[in-house]
Amino acid sequence: MKNNYACRSNEHDIARRGFLGTMLGTAGVVGGLGAFTNPSIASELERKQKRVVVFNMAGGISQLETWDPKPGTDTGGPFRAIPTSVPGVHISELLPKTAKFMHHLALVRSINIKENDHGKGRYAMWTGRRQTPGQEFPQIGAVMAKSLGADKNALPGHIQVSSSTGGRSNDSAYLGPAFASISIASGKPPANSARPEGMTEKQDILRNEFRRSADNRFSLRRRSAQTDAYAQSYEQAQQLMANRDVFDITKESPKDHDRYGKHELGQHSLLARRLLEKGVTFVQVTHSNYDTHNENFNFHLEQVGEFDKAYSALVEDLAVRGMLESTLIIVMSEFGRTPRINQYYGRDHWGTAWSICLGGAGIQPGAVIGSTNDNGTAVKDREVDHGHLFHTYLQAVGVDSLGSFSIGGQDIPVADPSHAPIEELLT
Amino acid sequence: MTFLETTEVTVDPTATHVDKTWKYSSPLITCRFDPAGKYVFATAQDNALIRWTLADGAMKVYKGHDSWIRDIEFSQDGKTVVSSGCDDRLLFWNVEETDEEPKPTREINAHKGWIRSIQLSPDGKLLASGGNDRIVKLWNMADGKLVKELVGHEIDVYSVMWHPQDGTLFSGDLTGKIYRWDTVSDKPALVYDGKELYTANTGQKAGYGGIRGMALSEDNKTLYACGLHKATNPFGAVQEPLILAFDLESKKVVKKWEVSGLKAIAWEIKFHPQGFLFCVCGGGAGGYLTFIKPGEDKDYHRAKLPNVSRGMDLHPDGVQICVAHYDNQLRICRLLAKVEEKKEG
Repeated sequence: MKNNYACRSNEHDIARRGFLGTMLGTAGVVGGLGAFTNPSIASELERKQKRVVVFNMAGGISQLETWDPKPGTDTGGPFRAIPTSVPGVHISELLPKTAKFMHHLALVRSINIKENDHGKGRYAMWTGRRQTPGQEFPQIGAVMAKSLGADKNALPGHIQVSSSTGGRSNDSAYLGPAFASISIASGKPPANSARPEGMTEKQDILRNEFRRSADNRFSLRRRSAQTDAYAQSYEQAQQLMANRDVFDITKESPKDHDRYGKHELGQHSLLARRLLEKGVTFVQVTHSNYDTHNENFNFHLEQVGEFDKAYSALVEDLAVRGMLESTLIIVMSEFGRTPRINQYYGRDHWGTAWSICLGGAGIQPGAVIGSTNDNGTAVKDREVDHGHLFHTYLQAVGVDSLGSFSIGGQDIPVADPSHAPIEELLT
Repeated sequence: MTFLETTEVTVDPTATHVDKTWKYSSPLITCRFDPAGKYVFATAQDNALIRWTLADGAMKVYKGHDSWIRDIEFSQDGKTVVSSGCDDRLLFWNVEETDEEPKPTREINAHKGWIRSIQLSPDGKLLASGGNDRIVKLWNMADGKLVKELVGHEIDVYSVMWHPQDGTLFSGDLTGKIYRWDTVSDKPALVYDGKELYTANTGQKAGYGGIRGMALSEDNKTLYACGLHKATNPFGAVQEPLILAFDLESKKVVKKWEVSGLKAIAWEIKFHPQGFLFCVCGGGAGGYLTFIKPGEDKDYHRAKLPNVSRGMDLHPDGVQICVAHYDNQLRICRLLAKVEEKKEG
């Protein structure tokens, strides 16, 4: 989706095409667990399905107004810190509901990605690698969808819930379009996923049978990775068309709508729960936006309140439904915000010392990794960056982040080989 | 220069200049003169309330809040100063405090959320407070007890102001709605729609603006509200000041002033006893005092200040204006021409 940042960054202006159009028209590489260099990983993952949900706090949420408050200091701002369900761990008073579920969650308070640019920061956090000219790496959703075998599922494995119109992104790089994200707009099924008006079910079946017949005939002599991906895209689209009600949040109870909030983030988070329950591998929910160079405190007051309600409801539901052990939840941004409060009561871009929250599958509940100094201007201990985090996410759901993808006969490391997971954060 | 000049002095806003500057150790938020005009109080981002003596600039720091103080008010006798905080509390202090570390004389956990604005009723008996819990509350100034809750706002209350004569109370919120409460009879509140002071920016998904300040004309027939508009980039502080004038009787907007070309917010507005309006504006453009004649279509003077301004007050003498600045400085401006000091010899 396109976000309208205060600093007029256009990093979200990603070229898109209509979902089905892209699925029909773009070739990819071989999908599935067979792409792993080590086949034993594939069998292990098939045995136990893992899922991932990412809350993208677009624009850069303030760590001081969320996970690493510094009340009473020159950088602290007006918000206070409150205790959580983990003794000794305090978070911002803007997160009272989340504080009650902190024993399911963990914090990393010592992130330094050395980037203060929206596009570069986002690239680093979403791919685990620094942006380099001429190289393109798949984003976390694509890597998870590929690694966790999402292509075996009837539903798309990499979904972004957003307020923009549906479409497919080019965020899967060498993993191919089968793992690129599909945007689901405001709780509606993907665009163009309904059977065209005027076409009967019987006609639809007949045309698909004809397509399969033509595909099979073509494949007898010219089968390739590209043709397999092409055919697989069609089949997944067929499955999606048959399961459109998966995206229909009106089927959720009024009570749950209230619990999550009737604002956009609440509704999107409720849809995320529904998708995870239906077996979608990776779901990203975006909360827009936090690029608060001006009136940081008023805007965080407004937005973190929405987030707290929706996010805590999801954490609670995943815990109650026994899904938390198999679902990794990550709350992240492209960077944090400056400790220094500017002349507009704002905070600016800050990749030097900030935090994320994560929990669920493979993550030590209640853990707090690293710390910043008294007023949050520098990492004090256990400095980590996007590379360490990316390894950690993968390891948490059982993917060997030190392994490689086999792409066109070439081994490409799943994550940046110069980094390693944060071992003490993993169970 | 004489202290406590009278309002009989005809001021000249076009000659506005900074007369005194006092520095604190943290950015300032807002400021008020005490009723006697002896002190100026300011609040700062280190949660402090600071008192300067106008005569000599002596400073005393009052610490008690756990968060920023958004507003300051005084008892009618001028002996008590009340501070309202983002820690949901009202703290009462002695104005003439001599202790090294002043302690509040009363604490009230008044709201669930920031208390952005407070004001004492004209008879001195009730303190009105408005905050982020969307409720306006009336407190007995004598004993600190809650007298009444006024419920109706659907979003954060940004400012409160009493009518000087009829017992009604105005409260303005983020979306630009101003409620006029009849605090005596419990009649439904009248609503003045200042929606031009609110921007729902769909691109940034931000609700921005609000009734930042209010004032009444001398004849109490016109209500003025200030804030911002043209918020094309709320997160980037791109907006311009706007002042609306409502006819009190019809509730209609009868005039508006765009302080055009100034990338700033109109934080506060006052009606000067000599018949003009003035606002303090602060933002990317820096800090300004802007002067408006009610009968004219545009502001007639903008006094540029040395730094971004955030709050102001008019001294009882009608000549001095205190301004709170981001650069830790409190500035006292005078609405008169500078008096050149004669050099001896």
